[in-house]
Amino acid sequence: MSKSSTRDEFSVVGIPIRKVDALALSRGEARFTADYDLRSPLRLGFVYSTLPHAEITDIHTSEAMSVPGVVGVWDYRNTPGTLYTTAGQGFPEPSPYDYSLFDSRVRYVGDRVCMVAAESSAALEEALNRVHVEYKPLPSVFDPEEALSGMPRIHDHGEHAAIPVPYEPEHNIAAVVDISIGDVEAGLRAADEVITETYTTHQASHCCIETHVVATYLDGKDRLVIVSATQVPFHARRIVSRVLDIPIGSVRVIKPRIGGGFGAKQEVILEPYAALVTLQTGRAVRCELSRREEFVSSRTRHPMKVTLSTGLGGDGGITALRMDAIMNSGAYGAHALTVLSNAGAKVLPLFNKIENISFYGRSVYTNLPVGGAYRGYGATQGYFALNQHIDIICRKLGVDPVEYCRKWTIRTGETSPIFEALGEGKEGVSQVIQSCSLDQCITRGASAIGWSDLRDAKQIDEDGRVHGVGMAIAMQGSGIPLIDMASASIKMNEDGSFNLFAGATDLGTGSDTVLIQIAAEALKVDASSVDILSSDTDLTPFDVGAYASSTTYVSGMAVKKCALAALDQIRAVAAEILRGKTGTEVDAGSLAHEHAAFRDPGSGETATFEEVAYRSLYSVDQQQIQAAASFSGETSPPPFIAQFAHVAVDPETGRVDVVKFVSAVDCGQPINPTLAEGQIDGAVVNGISFALTEEFLYTMDGRLTNSSFGRYGIFTAADIPEIETILVPTYEETGPYGAKSVGEIGINGPAPAIANAIFDAVGVRLRDLPMTNERVYAAMKEAAAT
Amino acid sequence: MTGVFTINGNERTIEFDSGATLLEVLREAGHVEVKHGCGQGECGACVVLLDGNPVNSCQVFAASVRGRSITTAAGLGSRLEPSPIQTAFADAGAVQCGFCTPGMVLSTHALLENTPDPTDDEITEALSGNLCRCTGYAKTIEAVREAARRLREQPSRNPGGKR
Repeated sequence: MSKSSTRDEFSVVGIPIRKVDALALSRGEARFTADYDLRSPLRLGFVYSTLPHAEITDIHTSEAMSVPGVVGVWDYRNTPGTLYTTAGQGFPEPSPYDYSLFDSRVRYVGDRVCMVAAESSAALEEALNRVHVEYKPLPSVFDPEEALSGMPRIHDHGEHAAIPVPYEPEHNIAAVVDISIGDVEAGLRAADEVITETYTTHQASHCCIETHVVATYLDGKDRLVIVSATQVPFHARRIVSRVLDIPIGSVRVIKPRIGGGFGAKQEVILEPYAALVTLQTGRAVRCELSRREEFVSSRTRHPMKVTLSTGLGGDGGITALRMDAIMNSGAYGAHALTVLSNAGAKVLPLFNKIENISFYGRSVYTNLPVGGAYRGYGATQGYFALNQHIDIICRKLGVDPVEYCRKWTIRTGETSPIFEALGEGKEGVSQVIQSCSLDQCITRGASAIGWSDLRDAKQIDEDGRVHGVGMAIAMQGSGIPLIDMASASIKMNEDGSFNLFAGATDLGTGSDTVLIQIAAEALKVDASSVDILSSDTDLTPFDVGAYASSTTYVSGMAVKKCALAALDQIRAVAAEILRGKTGTEVDAGSLAHEHAAFRDPGSGETATFEEVAYRSLYSVDQQQIQAAASFSGETSPPPFIAQFAHVAVDPETGRVDVVKFVSAVDCGQPINPTLAEGQIDGAVVNGISFALTEEFLYTMDGRLTNSSFGRYGIFTAADIPEIETILVPTYEETGPYGAKSVGEIGINGPAPAIANAIFDAVGVRLRDLPMTNERVYAAMKEAAAT
Repeated sequence: MTGVFTINGNERTIEFDSGATLLEVLREAGHVEVKHGCGQGECGACVVLLDGNPVNSCQVFAASVRGRSITTAAGLGSRLEPSPIQTAFADAGAVQCGFCTPGMVLSTHALLENTPDPTDDEITEALSGNLCRCTGYAKTIEAVREAARRLREQPSRNPGGKR
């Protein structure tokens, strides 16, 4: 693709075509995992630990087994003890192998003790209540800094890292990141002033409206079929095979429509259990978590405490930045290393003029529900700290953060040593930014929010609320370079239509549609001429799955490559046809690619795709026109975003209302602008809800008290502010038709932008999430008292 | 226990356990377009119209609504003739994962039955019982405005309406 390619030259890319499954979904016709019609499936459920930390001394199952309809009970005594990680990552996984199906130790309230399979939901429920578990309670720890003492030690059953990285279970350390560039101590000493602040982000639930759900059965050849609401069908297949010690080739994973993922379903938390029951009983099995189970025993956003120390130079620049992070991993270490590393890797390159940088982070086991992948993946935690810190610096310097961020952030043609120093579980990959419109994002976003009128104005409305604005900027990535791999294949039908087979996983993001648009663009056919079959490990080639903002970029490149390879075959056949039509020699390379046809520029004759397909399928040099391709990125071009919150704070109650929220985003060339906007809109509202109301509330002994949507505090349609999302396109040369990712980045800015806006309005700094009415009120009271 | 229900205009006699919820009965009867999201009456994924009024079917005992008329998302429109609400949702980008969408379109239908030209506050109020984590509701609200416009221009069709 040449540099001259612009949006105007595209015929399918850049068009907001209807998402291909949208109508079927709105009619309720599209099938989700729970909708599969299984032959009298067994229902599978779990007994959960009621204690935060204990040895199981006995499990009495006979009463449960006597419930009519109960087929079996499984616990650590009759299941494989293979250590693995539930994190659906590439192999070998960067997350520690610290989890087994069941263990004689439980490590949080909600840990799995045993499972029961029964003929009906009623029998299952009764049997689950009749399992009696005897525990020997152990001391528990919930604060990661206390847990660093290693007392109590949470993992000592042979847990280990699968790759050579620091892993210290004796200190409850699940992962360590320690990098240093330049000389931070010297940089801080050379500074006019050092600013040190600590910021904390809290635990959060993904709140997919569809909970984790899986259906398993044996097909006619006794192969294990797993239908799963998963973001990672291929990783799920590999993990099931390893845990149950069965050949990968005997397992098929199918991802049908899926009711939201956001990282929650990058965790393989049900598949091996249901698979084991199907393999042992020969029966179909369905397992669907309840909402309460989803809150307590699936996965959460890792809470993080980040301390930033920055030295300020005479020119306002930052002489050094030291970042220290403590991440609460919960009872297991799913994504413990990589979420932590991303808090630096995705955050520290943004202000790339800083020459001295260090990042020291530790992921720590505690007796709380388990952290995992969650949209933003560490960057959200890191940016909450960085964006407030920059606001503090700007207030100190008396400069406008809009101008400050424009001046000191990374631009096209620039790099950061962080790219090379810090990757996912290992060193990163150096890269030079090839596309970046952050500067325009900041300008356009500031204008849309009314920055110059509202900033520092402390306007008071008729309800007595004080208004303020705040900004946050961020970058993310597009897949994990040299780790993520995607592949696709395509074949051509008689009418010049195509079947595209992609391992990629559409979570509802619309990636099926985006991949169709990329293929159609390459082939110059209508999007309606390309059908897609995705996420079936038997039928589609490999793809790591939907995470790390990879699908549009990594899977998109695989689709583009395979479509272009098919196009070469079509071109060759078209040349043969045109030789016949013109009676002269026709050079395939000289043919003009037009809409669903090739034209011979000399004679003006055309060969349509339909002619090409019929000829190749039925008459001459018979062959199926088909191609396959793989892609693994050598870089991970970051999307950029500038986000702005306009808030109104009630000084009487501490209530914060977001009046308007603006995001201006550079995701390269948007393949489908409506779908790209939808990614940002959804991430923004999730981010606002996370910032203000969502919260896990525990008792002193680690018991979650608010495991329902209402009590947890998820936003409804009535809670949202005016949302404006502005796409500020660039053209990313390494991406499919200029595209970069857009799935995660939008969730990074809401919390810090709101915190900065609250400060702008009422002069109090909320360093800890969530910024509930009570916390804001208390901060205002405290400020008034001092 | 046995009950007769009119589901999307078709009378059906269904056997079910006396404690079963309407959600369970409908899904067992093949109406899997009615989704189970929370079982706590909080997310709206299981919304159906009961004699034209939206209810969370996970909170309704099937036994208590025997003889009543139930409309699901599949009953609002057909494959060849989807309801303007459903096409508006698809066109506006209001459908991402789509798990909440059947409930959303039914709540929208109930709103527009009584309020053909709703204000934004009326829209958000009507949708406030339908949770969505994907869209941030922005495009959903656009979709409802667009559906209202389409229905006002074409007011005759009313498959899921009040009877």
